[in-house]
Amino acid sequence: MGAGHAHVLYRETDSPVHRLPPEVKIAAMVAFTIAVVATPREALWAFGAYALLVAAVAALARVTAGWLLLRSTIELPFVLFAVALPFIGAGERVDVAGVQLSVDGLYGAWNIVAKGTLGVWASLLLAATTSTRDLIVGLDRLRCPQILIQIATFMLRYLDVLVGEARRMRLARISRGDDPRFVWQLRGFAAGIGALFLRAFERGERVYLAMLSRGYTGRLPTVWQGSAAATTGQWLIAATVPVMAATVAATAAVLT
Amino acid sequence: MQPTPPSLDVRGVRYAYPDGHVALHGVDLTVTRGERVALLGPNGAGKTTLVLHLNGLLTPTEGHIAVGGLAVGPDRATLAEIRRRVGIVFQDPDDQLFLPTVAEDVAFGPANLGLRGPELTARVDEALAAVGMSEHRDRTPHHLSFGQRRRVAVATVLAMRPEILVLDEPSSNLDPAARRELAGILRTLPVTLLMVTHDLPYAFELCDRSVILDGGRIVADGPTPMLLDDEELLARHRLELPYPFRPTSGRTPTGQ
Repeated sequence: MGAGHAHVLYRETDSPVHRLPPEVKIAAMVAFTIAVVATPREALWAFGAYALLVAAVAALARVTAGWLLLRSTIELPFVLFAVALPFIGAGERVDVAGVQLSVDGLYGAWNIVAKGTLGVWASLLLAATTSTRDLIVGLDRLRCPQILIQIATFMLRYLDVLVGEARRMRLARISRGDDPRFVWQLRGFAAGIGALFLRAFERGERVYLAMLSRGYTGRLPTVWQGSAAATTGQWLIAATVPVMAATVAATAAVLT
Repeated sequence: MQPTPPSLDVRGVRYAYPDGHVALHGVDLTVTRGERVALLGPNGAGKTTLVLHLNGLLTPTEGHIAVGGLAVGPDRATLAEIRRRVGIVFQDPDDQLFLPTVAEDVAFGPANLGLRGPELTARVDEALAAVGMSEHRDRTPHHLSFGQRRRVAVATVLAMRPEILVLDEPSSNLDPAARRELAGILRTLPVTLLMVTHDLPYAFELCDRSVILDGGRIVADGPTPMLLDDEELLARHRLELPYPFRPTSGRTPTGQ
């Protein structure tokens, strides 16, 4: 099904985690992330416990540490800001290797990096064990608003079309002497993005008309959503991880 | 017994775009059941605008349209039936195909009509068989060749068992073999056909009757060979037969 389709993150293997229905995995991932975010930042040990949980699930899902670490670099641009915090933070100062750092800033940076990383790991584990297709089915079963489901479905289908369009536009630009390696020629690229947006917009309109022509009334028929919905047992199995995380979070909240 | 109502009956249809530009100046067109008609005309003649009227995507400013005796009207139930009866195959198959696999996309229309289970599967199989794409049912549309995608686009509409099949530029962007294959398929389909094109040989090959639309009016209507034989008529409406190509030995492109 959907062979070769934008499988950037999905890892085609078989594991107990892969076999779980998508909706329980999504719910578990969200619950886990909420527990992590709700944890007081001073409870350093709690984050260690979360990391262990992630490691256990990763081992079960046959996802290697290297794969996980390499892809978690996606968060770098977002946590870059955190690096500045210890220098610009106000309040009590602490001396680290001859540099005066703000204690509050250090905690702030830790808070962002630790929680961000754990959240990214949880999402990566979900993406590695669930095909994009199943993700959409799972969201639908969790009663996610139809409009979001549909946007996601189209994104899945049109990502390839848009990437193809962008590639053709780039080739056409290069053929006319544009050399995007030079920073001062980024103008062509930027204009290209604008054109691509317009094209995407116009295409969206045509796709919608074509769908209306085939009797679309605002709700996708759900007939092709293959596998059966999750059983209570599967919900319970998947619940172990977020329940443990919530316990850790609660303990940490009580202790600090 | 009542006579069979025409598959398509367009009466005095006038349409002005919201910006005031008048695209159709009173179009009359009747297509009887089983007929194959080519709708010819230069770019910007209003061909696509007319097509969008046929299943109620656009509402005429004046005039009315009936499909198989049923008037195109604004209420939901009528529109649903009209959209089942009029199968529009859009010019760009990428606008039409939006689901992850060929079979799902073909199922989209009939599923919107309320078909489920084995009945739906049977429709999909039948439509894919009619265009010779049965073995590609589980592939991603994006990975098919352009000609194959256009055939799938035809199947997505056939699966709704339309009263009339409307094709917008069916031969555009096809290589000669794919063009011939599609002609073979279209000739065997037991449906009324309205083919929008400026590919005159294709019209000659497939349609006994042609109408010419120019400047938002039907300016000619008759047997295809007669229309195509009238060089002056064609020239007046920016239509041209391809350059008579007779490769002879000993001639170089420069004519020496």
